[in-house]
Amino acid sequence: MDYGWLEITVAAIFLSVVITLVISRGAGWLSWRFWRNAMVVSSVVMFAVLLWLSFDTAAQTRPGGERLAPWTAINHEIGLKWDADRRWQAPVIGEKTGFFGKEYSPEEAFELVSLGKLTVQSRNCMECHTLLGNGAYYAPDLTRAWLDPWWEERIMPMVGAQSHEEAMKTWLMNPPQYPQGKRQMPNLKLSDEEATALVAFLKWMSATDTNGFPPRFGNYR
Amino acid sequence: MTQETSTHPKIYESQKLARWYFVVAITLFGAQLIFGLIATYQQNDPSFLFKLAPFMTNRMLHVNALIVWLLVGMMGGVYWFLPRETGREVVGITLAKIIWWVIVAGVTVVILVFLLVQYGPAKMTSIWFINEGREYLEAPRWADLAIVLWVAIFLFNVIATVIKSRRITGILLVLIFDLVALGALYTAGMHFTVNLTMDQFLWWWVVHLWVEATWEVLVGVLMAWSLMYLLGTSRKILETWLFIEVTLVFGTGIIGLGHHYFWIGTPEYWLGLGGFFSALEPLPLIAMVVHAVYDAGGHRLSAVNKAAMFWVLFQAFGNFIGAGVWGFMQTLPQINMYSHGTQMAAAHGHLSFTGAYLSTVMVLVYIAAQNLRRPVQRPLDSKLWKWAAGVLLLGIVGVAGAFTLSGFTQTLVERAVGGSTWAAFINAYTHPWYAGTLGWRYFFGWIALIGYVVLVWDLLTIGKRPTAAISGGAHD
Repeated sequence: MDYGWLEITVAAIFLSVVITLVISRGAGWLSWRFWRNAMVVSSVVMFAVLLWLSFDTAAQTRPGGERLAPWTAINHEIGLKWDADRRWQAPVIGEKTGFFGKEYSPEEAFELVSLGKLTVQSRNCMECHTLLGNGAYYAPDLTRAWLDPWWEERIMPMVGAQSHEEAMKTWLMNPPQYPQGKRQMPNLKLSDEEATALVAFLKWMSATDTNGFPPRFGNYR
Repeated sequence: MTQETSTHPKIYESQKLARWYFVVAITLFGAQLIFGLIATYQQNDPSFLFKLAPFMTNRMLHVNALIVWLLVGMMGGVYWFLPRETGREVVGITLAKIIWWVIVAGVTVVILVFLLVQYGPAKMTSIWFINEGREYLEAPRWADLAIVLWVAIFLFNVIATVIKSRRITGILLVLIFDLVALGALYTAGMHFTVNLTMDQFLWWWVVHLWVEATWEVLVGVLMAWSLMYLLGTSRKILETWLFIEVTLVFGTGIIGLGHHYFWIGTPEYWLGLGGFFSALEPLPLIAMVVHAVYDAGGHRLSAVNKAAMFWVLFQAFGNFIGAGVWGFMQTLPQINMYSHGTQMAAAHGHLSFTGAYLSTVMVLVYIAAQNLRRPVQRPLDSKLWKWAAGVLLLGIVGVAGAFTLSGFTQTLVERAVGGSTWAAFINAYTHPWYAGTLGWRYFFGWIALIGYVVLVWDLLTIGKRPTAAISGGAHD
């Protein structure tokens, strides 16, 4: 889109005010009619701007586009890198590493991430965790969960897994067996297939360009 | 003046239906408090009911009971005032009664499924019949369709009644305009997409554009009617104020939606748009305070229902503080980057829902209670409503205060310093300012529940207690 936020803001307010003034000619600014017109005009103008921006946002947030990773990102290494232009961390997709020792085709990757998303919804993850910062704040934010050093430092040795994805999968299939801190995650009875898909979804989500959120991830050391 | 002089004003069929709306609303309010209290206790002792009903279950019931009871309470308010506004019985009242009992049955089934089934396998059947797994919109898809049908019948009741009465007022104009938007927006939440960013993008169309736009306007409509009833404020002033408030609510709140689009994968222009417009969102709330104080002062506080009048004034200030101040303190992107996804949002949620919506439903319930008990007490006043309001609000404000401290700690320890990892999360919730305030949260939760019990007692006994106890009011 060729317009910045300030231009959109000024245009939306300008249009609301001018249209209200034009159709309310003859009515005083304290009158019933003036404010009825202002109400209808501001609502319609603002909603029209929202609709227009929504189409633009939808176009920019296609997986594989500018801001969201392609489904096949699950086959690759994913990391965060300081973006000097934007002055915050942005995700980068690195070399091909495979996922659970396999390379997924675009169709297979979509199927898997899709099942993962359905797993997230059916197990109501948001009711404790936050995804992209939205949810219930009782459990850790999952936006960059795939990149959390905790998996390799703590979980891999604890569950005896050989790879990052295997560690996540094993832990997720029975969290009470390996408690972490005071708060515990219930066993949500994930099937083998669902657990693989869930890890794929978390990996895909971690490559979303979130304008630098959460800030300086992994800085805790 | 619209105040009746008779002590036995006519009760319309739709007002009898409104009574059932209020009964169910207050019942669900109790359920909300109990599930909230269990969820709070589980923060202190996560092993409590861990196998049977873990935090996620109680929290889901807590927020869903909240949404349903407030919506039901406000719809009840429309059924209460609509015949007064149009001077006739509501058209399609039989249909309204049928769908109401269908909805009550539906809500019962949903609660039982949430409580007993809780979650299902990763299949669309889980989304259709168990829960949708999207915070606030957990209702399974079949229940979504029932809600759409319910709102459609409600909308039909309103529009058909207005047409039959051949009278359109400014308030009715706003109501119809708002209900069409409210119903249409709900359908934006009924879809499944793998793209989490677009999922949350449209999810906010329902969540934000309901609570920060269409619900606020519905409150404006109900408050206008309430002030007309309580104080006899002139229609012309009320309607002009209502238009100003709607201009500001929709003028700032629609693009203000952008404050939810900072970090979910959406383009960077939302940082500026969301920050600017949502920073202006307190404006209509300030207008509402000015309006309520002006009306109350202009009539020397001589309201016909002191309990309702208290909640009107509390609504004005509570909405401004809870939605306005607690919202503003975290809405700018440079601050929200750190506070997003922490309990700051829960602190804001508790205060704003109390200030904006709980208080509105209290106004409506007290007005209805006054008129349903015969003979009608004017002015309605007692010591009991003061105890109910005082204790209930003390409890909720205490809970929100504890949430604010936890949110502050999370923002600082987990986000700003800790880098938002799992380890940083544990550091935050074990920090003394967080862990140490969970006890307060639980304590004030009990206070709120006690306030609720007093409230129910008051509502059940209004007009039944000896007159001397009731009419301790201003000019008796």
